[in-house]
Amino acid sequence: MAGEATKALSNDVLWGGGRSPFSISYGKMMMWFFLVSDALTFSGLLIAYGFVRHSTTEAWPIGDEVFRALPGLSGSYPLIYVALMTFILIISSVTMVLAVEAGHRMDKKGVIKWMFLTVIGGFFFLGSQAWEWSHFIHGGGGYITTQDGAKYWVMNDDHDTHDPVNAANFHLLIAEEGHYLMGEKVEGPEAVALWEKRVNYVDGANMTRNEYGPPQYANFFFFITGFHGFHVFSGVIINLIVLIMAIQGVFHRRGHYEMVEKAGLYWHFVDLVWVFVFTFFYLV
Amino acid sequence: MERDDIIEYSLDAHHSEEAGRTIRKKIYFVTVLLTIITCIEVGLGIVWKTWFPGAWGMVKWTFIALTLVKAAYIVMSFMHLGDERRNIRAIILLPYALFALYLIWIAIWESNYVNWAWETFK
Repeated sequence: MAGEATKALSNDVLWGGGRSPFSISYGKMMMWFFLVSDALTFSGLLIAYGFVRHSTTEAWPIGDEVFRALPGLSGSYPLIYVALMTFILIISSVTMVLAVEAGHRMDKKGVIKWMFLTVIGGFFFLGSQAWEWSHFIHGGGGYITTQDGAKYWVMNDDHDTHDPVNAANFHLLIAEEGHYLMGEKVEGPEAVALWEKRVNYVDGANMTRNEYGPPQYANFFFFITGFHGFHVFSGVIINLIVLIMAIQGVFHRRGHYEMVEKAGLYWHFVDLVWVFVFTFFYLV
Repeated sequence: MERDDIIEYSLDAHHSEEAGRTIRKKIYFVTVLLTIITCIEVGLGIVWKTWFPGAWGMVKWTFIALTLVKAAYIVMSFMHLGDERRNIRAIILLPYALFALYLIWIAIWESNYVNWAWETFK
């Protein structure tokens, strides 16, 4: 990139006053400072997740066993959906950086085109996250525990029912320690008898308990992905405002498209956070 | 009010049609790279994680390394931090790295202790 930042200037000139020692405008510098503080917030959340996971004595759920569904399909597709969400966000980050590049050439049409695609990508991501949350909350059938503390996964063909014993293909799995929806099959009257003897039935996820693992697992899922989703939402709103201003020609009259660059910094940051959430919540 | 003592750094960011082509080429390169890394991560998680006993630990560290590569490309290329002056780069990255590394260290240290306490006194 051309500009002040590449000019060879001595320290005396840079720090001598009357100019920015960093050769960037006030607005861009403040956006960077905000992003550093926001990055610390997200680091705090992910490190807290690591703390809880590392200190717990219970088995912790495995990402590619819990997140393996695709909308409208049955079967197991570990992490494909989350990878797709990551891809959507990366692509919308690319369209954003192309909008910034078009702005540097004072190409109004280009800015509008790429900003529009960025907004669309943001909405796609938010929609995917809504589905992801819905799926996580509904769960995969849940589990029961009996008097002697044994745990069984409840399986049937109808995922939304709260009366699984009367649903088609009802059976139980003797829960394998540390694995989600895995174990030896129990069928027929034996399974019904175990169901009648249940003392506890956990189906799906909420803030107090969930079928996947310790309560903190769902709490961290809701808080981290929710807080990130809120950032995406505000990013989409900011991008929409910038898009409207670009269409109205505000930046063209101003002589530069730096506002696109500043909104872009925020949008890339949202992508950056997701890269870390993807690794530390889903993969590891 | 017009002021002529303020340097408009934003105007300096303009570049030509030709420079734009080079920059776009770099953007597409980074896009392909980030996509490939994401695919590798998913592949590692599904296939190679059970390749041989103990593979999972190595795969986890590979995930973390690949994530840092991805993050570096996003920050340095997409956010243009690599094109800024060295002093602003240091001011953004070093304080953050200092806090984050300390937080990681203290969290590992303390969670080891908490885990030991629960295992011992439960």
